[in-house]
This record gives sequence, C-alpha cells and structure tokens, in this order.
Amino acid sequence: MEKMHLPSDFLPIFIQLGLALGFIITTMLVTHSIGPKRNSKLKDEAFECGIPAEGDARTPISVKYFLIAILFVLFDVEVIFMYPWAVNFKSLGWAGFVEMLLFMGLLLAGFYYVIRKGVLKWE
Amino acid sequence: MPTTLPIFSVLILLNVVVSVYLERKISAFIQDRLGPMEVGKWGLLQLVADLFKLIQKEDIVPAAADRWLFLLAPFVIFVAIFAGFAVLPLSPDWFGSTANVGVFFLMTVISVDVIGILMAGWGSNNKYALLGSVRAVAQIVSYEVPLGLSILCVVVTCQSLDLQEISFQQSIFSNTPNYLFGLKATGIDLTQTGGILTWNILRNPSLLIVYVIFFIATLAEANRAPFDLPEGESELIGGFNTEYSGMRWALLFLSEYAMMLLVAFLGAILFLGSWSSPFPNVGALRLADWTTGSPGTWAGNLWGVFWLVSKAGAAILVQMWVRWTFPRLRIDQLMYLCWKVLTPFALVLFMISAIWKLL
Repeated sequence: MEKMHLPSDFLPIFIQLGLALGFIITTMLVTHSIGPKRNSKLKDEAFECGIPAEGDARTPISVKYFLIAILFVLFDVEVIFMYPWAVNFKSLGWAGFVEMLLFMGLLLAGFYYVIRKGVLKWE
Repeated sequence: MPTTLPIFSVLILLNVVVSVYLERKISAFIQDRLGPMEVGKWGLLQLVADLFKLIQKEDIVPAAADRWLFLLAPFVIFVAIFAGFAVLPLSPDWFGSTANVGVFFLMTVISVDVIGILMAGWGSNNKYALLGSVRAVAQIVSYEVPLGLSILCVVVTCQSLDLQEISFQQSIFSNTPNYLFGLKATGIDLTQTGGILTWNILRNPSLLIVYVIFFIATLAEANRAPFDLPEGESELIGGFNTEYSGMRWALLFLSEYAMMLLVAFLGAILFLGSWSSPFPNVGALRLADWTTGSPGTWAGNLWGVFWLVSKAGAAILVQMWVRWTFPRLRIDQLMYLCWKVLTPFALVLFMISAIWKLL
C-alpha cells in the first residue's frame, strides 16, 4: 500500500511546463512573423470606448478588496493546516478529531468577529 | 511512464475547438438562434477560421502599458493551467506525475493563475482592465476557501492527496474494502461490485452536497458565468483582457477553456469515480468488469479514458448550461455567497465527512 515517493515523481510537471512554453514560443514566433506591425499614437492609447483616456488608470481601489485579501490569507493558511491532518486523521483518531474541532472553533470565533465587524458587508 | 502528458496537450487544444463551437451552438439553442452557420456545414469550421484569423492579427502593446508585465501575463496564466494537467490520471495505467501531493499541487497552480491575472490588469494600465483584474483576484481568492474545503472533504474520505490513489479507491481495483455508503456497520461489501456505488459521492453521501459546492466554487475559479464579473462585457468591455489582441488574447481564451477542462476533470476524479465505469457488477451480469477491461491492456486504458473524458465532458456541458441560464451576480452577492453561504456549509460538511470516516 505504501508507495515510495521520489523527487523524480515531479519530473512530469516540468515536462508539462516545457510543453506549455514550447507551445507559447511557437505560436508567438508564427504570429509575429506573419502579423502586421503598424504603430500610431491613437492606436497605442489605452482603450476607453473611444473617449480620450483621462489620467492614470492606477487609481485607489476600494479597501474592501484589501480586506478580502487579508481574510483569504487567514483562511487559506487554516485550510493548508488541515490537509496534513486530513491525510493522517484516521491514525490520530478521536483525539486528533477533538483537537481539530478546537482549532476550527478558534477559526470560527474569528470568522464570527469578522462578520459582526461588517467586513463582508458590501454596500 | 507519464503517458498522459502528450494526450492532455492534444486534449487541451482539441477541447478549445470543440467547446467553443459547442458553447456557441448551445447558447444559440438556449436563446432560440442558429449560432454559427456560414463557415462549413453547420458552421463546423467556424473555429478553425477564427484561429487562422487570430494568428494573423497584430500583437498590440499599448503605449501606457508596463511592457514586460503586459507581455508575460498570458504566459503565466497559460503555463500555470497547462501544468496543472500533469498530475491528472487518465486510466488505471495512464497517469502523469505520481507525486503524492497531486491535489495540493493543483490548488497551488490555480493560485498562480491569480498572479497572471493581476499582472495582466496592472500591466495594461487601463481602467477597465485594472477593475476587472482586481475583481478577478478578489473572486478567485475568495472562492479558493470553499474550493479548498470541499476538496478537503474528499481528502478526508480517501486519506490521500494522490489523484491516482483516489481513483483506485473508487474503482473495482480498490485495495481497501468499500462498504455501502462507506459504513462498515452495514456489512455490505461492495469492493467487487464497483460501479457508481463505490464512487466518492456514494462512499460518503455528504460528498454529493460537497460536489455542488465544489462545482459552484470552480465556476468562480474559472471566471465562468454567473461569476464572470471580471470580464463582465456590459460594464468592463473585457476586464483584464481588454487590451490584449491577436494570439496573446487567444492564449488567455485558451487558458479559460483549459481551466474549465481542468476543473471538470478534477471534479470527475474527486467525486465521480474518476476513470471507473458507472455500471456495477450485479450477480452474473459483470457490467463493471465488461466496461472496465483489465489494467495495463489497451481495452483497460481506452475504457478508462472514455469514462473519465465523458464525465468531464458532461461537467463542461453543465458549466455551459449554467452560463446561459443564470444572470451575472453583483459583486456583493458574489462575496455573500462565498463567505456566508458556501464557506460555513463547507466547514460543516467537512466535519460531517470526518465523523463519517470515523464511524
């Protein structure tokens, strides 16, 4: 049942990456060799539905997106912690299960706080 | 031998050709139109014509853009999704990387996609593109939480992160005994029966609900309608791909369809029995054996590919059906659905799956 896992198991992933790069390079070479190249000031402007582009595009963005990002970092790290537990939890038994319940309890308490704080209220 | 790599490479490209045509025809059918009819019989050659057009187009880089970020973004997105296919199995004998962290690797790859989208949006230096990419990032990272939790339910049930191992457990070649609904107490051993009865959705019935969460989350991960806010064409033109043209845009498009295929495959492998046949052995009717073949032979491999591709294809058809049936969500509804509906549900189901396994 227990399989040996070697670093060479990851080789196919790199082969696949190589195949993807190969595809990209080929198509890019072809499209650049047969496609036209004409520049003009108007053409190279940012596309804004024909209206002259006004100011810089990089304006401040709603802070809600930032809060979502922070929330994601928190939650995703929790989820990552759960993976090793999920693989081994049968051998950890009920003791491990109770520990995970405790961990989830702490997580959910934080989640409740976040919701009550109104972080996820998008108006 | 990683036999799956060339197969998947062809499949990704083939999928785009078939899916785009199907998508246009299905949308036409749903909206009571004809769809593409001009190029070839029933418009069958439409996509080939489109591809030839795209490859001849100029590759425009806007003057205001961050040249390198803009040029590299489609590559990052495409390479990330393409590499995800390396860990998927296709049949008992055909698999890619045997790394024991396959599921985890896929989750990582989906996250790399976010970096590419942010590069595209920021690099374009265009208001629509930036808004689209910020939305896309918020959406993808948010839905990664219910997605991760729903995959975790399967990991708990199978006790493995290796996709091929998860596939074997759901088949008639399982090393561990499979009981009815995964409950040893029922005393009904289904290991030799196989078929749909040993699929994960029935090895642990709560996974049936988990699959729905998984499906919704993957729709959002792939930026598919009703979660297509990042490119909502009625307000953002094309979102993060507004400024792209020609083949570079085609790469983004290809990535979107490759992502659909990737999550359809992942769903089929994790929940719907992977490459195993849906028919169980009933007494003398060895339906599962007849429709599986033996591993290592051509029959075994072809049956495996056939079942897995059919399951993934069915999931893609449902993705399209959903796209043309539901209206687009607003961003606050999107966040509400993710954080206040799917995540709590997924957490509860995760606990149920764990308890189920301990029973």
